[in-house]
Amino acid sequence: MGEFLLATIQVDMQDQLALRLQDDLTQAISKHGAKGVLIDISALEMVDSFIGRMISDISGMARILDAKTVLVGMQPAVAITLVELGLSLPGVATALNVERGMQLLNRSLMDSDSDDRFSKR
Amino acid sequence: MTDSASGELPLGNEHDIVLSRQAVRRMTQQQGFSLVDQTKMVTAASELARNAVIYGGGGVLKWRLLSDGAKRGLRLVFEDRGPGIPNMDLAMTDGWSSGTGLGLGLTGTRRLVNEFEIESTVGIGTRVTITRWK
Repeated sequence: MGEFLLATIQVDMQDQLALRLQDDLTQAISKHGAKGVLIDISALEMVDSFIGRMISDISGMARILDAKTVLVGMQPAVAITLVELGLSLPGVATALNVERGMQLLNRSLMDSDSDDRFSKR
Repeated sequence: MTDSASGELPLGNEHDIVLSRQAVRRMTQQQGFSLVDQTKMVTAASELARNAVIYGGGGVLKWRLLSDGAKRGLRLVFEDRGPGIPNMDLAMTDGWSSGTGLGLGLTGTRRLVNEFEIESTVGIGTRVTITRWK
């Protein structure tokens, strides 16, 4: 997939597994020089504050490593519950599905490229 | 109110948090909860189970399927023998957290259920009771 990493979460994760995903993903961003990370949570039937924090942390770490994170595929019931829980995932970009997430990443990459050109003039 | 079934699940380690989520999901389905209500109850259970395991040093989840006429519900009691909560007002303040969470544990959880009760004694433990009706 070129410059993007895709992580699909398919199981009800134990906390340790969530922390390992965080480690693995940040390692992979650095190793492959990825510019974008898509996290597909369409199979997740629940996101609690622990998993929410893990997603926020990955997004923050990725940003420091110069990569943008897009969370894709959140089920509507999960979104409703998250907001009521008080978790709005600030700073985490979201998209309805992987395809739209890719479009979002591509657009933001093009934007930052043109910013670079502009600043060099 | 007539009670149809009840039971207990251990909350000893992280794996028990996952198991209790799955068990609560099945109970909410059995009680005919909508998908959103299922998700809210499962998420609330996950938060409280983690509290009991991480801060309470382990405990037990007692569950009870409820029916009150045509109304059906689920009651969950999370008990631990941990250090207890010294300042309940503070613990029930939005945004406050003693540990590594996002500071929404108790207040966030309260918003996901219909009834929420908490009792805690320093040195004895904490008991949180939540109920959600269909």
